[in-house]
Amino acid sequence: MQFNNFSDFINMGGYGFYVWLSFGAAALILTLLLISSKAGHQQVITKIAKRKKREDKLRQAKDLRKQQNEQNKTALNEVIE
Amino acid sequence: MWKWLHPYANPEVSYHFTNKLLPWLSALTAIFLSIGLVWALLFAPADYQQGHSFRIFYIHVPAASLSMGIYVAMAIAAFISLVWQLKLADASAAAMAPVGAAFTAIALITGAAWGKPMWGTWWIWDARLTSELILLFLYLGVIALHNAFEDKNLAGKAAGILTLVGVVNIPIIKYSVEWWNTLHQGSTVSKLGKPSMSLDMLWPFIFCFIGFALLVAVIICLRFRNEILARNSIRPWVRELIQKNTVNNT
Repeated sequence: MQFNNFSDFINMGGYGFYVWLSFGAAALILTLLLISSKAGHQQVITKIAKRKKREDKLRQAKDLRKQQNEQNKTALNEVIE
Repeated sequence: MWKWLHPYANPEVSYHFTNKLLPWLSALTAIFLSIGLVWALLFAPADYQQGHSFRIFYIHVPAASLSMGIYVAMAIAAFISLVWQLKLADASAAAMAPVGAAFTAIALITGAAWGKPMWGTWWIWDARLTSELILLFLYLGVIALHNAFEDKNLAGKAAGILTLVGVVNIPIIKYSVEWWNTLHQGSTVSKLGKPSMSLDMLWPFIFCFIGFALLVAVIICLRFRNEILARNSIRPWVRELIQKNTVNNT
């Protein structure tokens, strides 16, 4: 152990500000990067799930339109006959 | 070797492999980094000239050499993607760029915080410092290009070309302390065979270096996983995975 007590440790022989600035900046940058990279997984999943939902909705609407068109056609044919 | 490597060109296999790798890498990172940092901060001796400010070394040097190492890895991935059109190489290059940028920023910030007490200035337009700053801008350019296009293949091509052109900066950074008269000191650690450092300073450095390198691997794996999912969003296996995931959450 290079330090006698805690305030010696914080003081770093007079270089405390520079040492803790370096370690603090590194810790901050790396923590932010790690958290955002980890959170990105769920974000991507939510994004794809949302897109899939939209696609499903569009497909349903298309099917419904097709059905209605056919119904209209048969109704029209009946009238003509 | 190709037979062995070939399945990893499949995004699904790579995704699951990365998932399996992550807990092991994370555990190793935690072990090495905690040993290295505690050793560096508490037990390593102070430098006879620089006193305790020398402890900045244990972050500054790993960050600086990793910032260059990540760039070289990114350039290799970019080359593979441009020549063999391997889409996963693009995904890995995109995953590496932000990590490299973060480590370059750390190298610059810790360098400034070390330069102020030792040289008397936060910043000087010296060869080593300027070329490292250019590396940061290269990384930012690559990140911007990856995000600039909706079409990820086009984005990968543009970013890859910038990456390969930027490789010229790496030897400039590496040899800047020899080619020019700079304020920055020469290499202490990597003199092959005979590092000009005492062993009680070298060992904590080795632990810190391995710890940071493992942390780089962890973050790149996390980002690589996200890139694979985002780039394969219409594939059935991704759809299935997401179905499972959203069912579990609700």
